[in-house]
Amino acid sequence: MSAPAAALTPVAAPAARGYWANVGRRLTRDPVSMACLGVLALILLAAVFAPYLGLADPYRGSMIRRLRPIGTEGYPLGTDELGRDMLSRLIHGGRLSLLIGILPVINAFVIGSLLGILAGYVGGRVNMAIMRTIDVFFAFPSVLLAIAISGALGAGIVNSLVSLTVVFVPPITRVAESVTTGVRNLDFVDAARASGAGALTVMRVHILGNVLGPIFVYATSLISVSMILASGLSFLGLGTKPPEPEWGLMLNTLRTAIYVNPWVAALPGAMIFAVSICFNLLSDGLRSAMDVRR
Amino acid sequence: MSGAEPLLSVAELTKHFPVLGGLFHRRVATVHAVDALSFELAKGETLGIVGESGCGKSTTARLTMRLLEPDAGRIALGGAEVGRELSLRALRRRVQMVFQDSYASLNPRLTVEDTIAFGPRVQGASEDAARAKAADLLARVGLDPMLFARRYPHELSGGQRQRVNIARALALEPEILILDEAVSALDKSVEAQVLNLLLDLKAQLCLTYIFISHDLNVVQYISDRVMVMYLGRMVEIGPVEAIYGGARHPYTRALLSAMPSMDPERRTQEAPLAGDPPNPIDPPSGCRFRTRCAMAETACERAVPAPTALGAGHAVACHMAAPGSGHSRAAT
Repeated sequence: MSAPAAALTPVAAPAARGYWANVGRRLTRDPVSMACLGVLALILLAAVFAPYLGLADPYRGSMIRRLRPIGTEGYPLGTDELGRDMLSRLIHGGRLSLLIGILPVINAFVIGSLLGILAGYVGGRVNMAIMRTIDVFFAFPSVLLAIAISGALGAGIVNSLVSLTVVFVPPITRVAESVTTGVRNLDFVDAARASGAGALTVMRVHILGNVLGPIFVYATSLISVSMILASGLSFLGLGTKPPEPEWGLMLNTLRTAIYVNPWVAALPGAMIFAVSICFNLLSDGLRSAMDVRR
Repeated sequence: MSGAEPLLSVAELTKHFPVLGGLFHRRVATVHAVDALSFELAKGETLGIVGESGCGKSTTARLTMRLLEPDAGRIALGGAEVGRELSLRALRRRVQMVFQDSYASLNPRLTVEDTIAFGPRVQGASEDAARAKAADLLARVGLDPMLFARRYPHELSGGQRQRVNIARALALEPEILILDEAVSALDKSVEAQVLNLLLDLKAQLCLTYIFISHDLNVVQYISDRVMVMYLGRMVEIGPVEAIYGGARHPYTRALLSAMPSMDPERRTQEAPLAGDPPNPIDPPSGCRFRTRCAMAETACERAVPAPTALGAGHAVACHMAAPGSGHSRAAT
C-alpha cells in the first residue's frame, strides 16, 4: 500500500513546500517587511537584554544634570526632567511598553478567535448571543472603555493589561466571526461534512487554516493601537506609575519640558511611533504574503 | 423500474426556508424551495434534473445528502430509511456529491492529495491507505499523481479542479454520485472531456448518478431518465426519449422549444416563455406554472396537479393530462 506514496515523494518534491514555508519565503522577499522586522527585533532584543547592555541606571537621577540636550557628553540622548539618562530609560521602557502593547493583543486574539469562530461556525442563536453581547462593547469608544475599566479596577500594570484585553476582544471577535461565516459557506466545508466528518474535525482541518491567517493579520495591526492606548493610560496615570520607565508615562512627565528641550521630550513618542508603524507595515506585508493566489 | 427495489427513494421531500427580518429576526416570509418532491432512483441509472435557476435543483441535492435538514419527507437508501435504519454517517458514505464551483469546493490550504484523502481518513483509513487511495483516484480521473498530488487548487485549471472534485467524491466508494451542475462552469471542450470521464467512471465503478443541470443538451446526452422541476415541484418525469420526444407538460415543452436547434428544418414552433418564474416566497395557488401557462384555466388555480402516470415510467403533473380534473382539455 505504501509503495505508490513512497514513489511519489521524490518527484513531487518541488511543489511539496508547506503553506507557511511559502508565506515565510514571500515575506523575506518584501524589503519593507524585512526592514520593519529588523527594527522590531532590534528594539525587542534591546529591551529584553537591557540590564546587560552596560547602560546607566534608569532610576538614578541627578538634579544638576536635568534636561540636557541630545548629544551631551555621557548622555547620548540627553536627560529627562529628573536628570535620568534618556537612552537607558528608553531602552528599559521598551520592556513594559512592548509587554502592555503586545500581551493584551495576544490574549484578545485567543479569546476573540475562539468566540468568533464558534459564533461563525455554529450560527443561529449561539451567533446571536455572542455577537449581540460583543455589540454592547462597540457602543463605547475604545479609549473611553479602556479608561473606564482601568479606572474601575484601579491603576496598575495588570489592570491595564486586563482593560486593554477587554477592549480588543470585540473587534477581533467581529473579524473572526465574519471570516468564519464566509469560509463556512464555501462548498468545501459542505464537501467535508458530506464525507461524514464531525464538526470538530471540519473546524480543525478546514476552518482554522483558512480563518486564522486573516485574524492574525488584523490582530497584528492592533498592536500599534494597543501600544498607543497603553501609553495613553499611563499618561493619564492609570497604567504604570512613576518612576517606572515606560514610554507613555515618560511622554507624560516630559511634557512639562517641551518648551525647554523639545527634542528630548519627543523621544518616547518617537519610539511609540516607530514600533506602531513597524507593526502596521509588517501586518500589511504579512497580509500580501499570505495571499495564496499569488 | 419494474418492481425491483429502487436504490434511492425520496418521498414528499419538503424544504421551506424562513425569511428572517424585522426586530429579533422574526420569520416574515417563507421561501418554498422544495415542495412534496418524490422520485426514485434505480441502481445504475442516471437521473437528470433540469429546471430554471432557483427552481430547487440544488436544494434537492443538498437535501438528499442531508447537508440541509428537510422539513418533511423521507429518504430511503436500499430500503433503509435515513434517520431510522440508516445513520447519517452511513448515508454520507454511500451518497457523495460534486459541487458546481470547482474553486470554492476545494480547500485552498490543502494539497490535492490531502483533499482527496480527507474522506477516507475521517472514515478511519490509515494515513498510507488514504494516500494510496488518493493516488489511485487521481490516476482514474486522468491526473498523473506524480504531477498533481502535491499541488494546491490554485495551481490547477478549472477542468483539473473539477476532476479533483470527482476524485474526492469517489474516495468513499459511494454508490450514488450527485453531480450538482458539475460541468456547467467548464468551457465546452473541457465539459465534454469531463462528461466522458463521468460515463467511463460510471461503467467502471457501477455508479448511479443524479445529474443536475440547466443545460438540456448535456442532460439529454448523459441521462437515462429526466425530471423537470418548476418552482420547487416536479412537473414531469420520464425516460429521456419520452421527455425529449413526447413531453406532455406545457412547461417542459416550452423549455425544450427554447433549446437552440442545430437543424433549420426543426425551428422553434411554440411561443417562448416570457418573464421570470414567480417569487417562491408566495407561489401561485394550485399549479405553480399557471401564471405563465397559455392553457391555464380555473381548474389550475384550484388544485395542485398530482402526477399522472402515462406509462413506461413517464408521469406528468398537469391537469390537462389528468382525466376528470375539470380542465377543458383533459379527458373526462
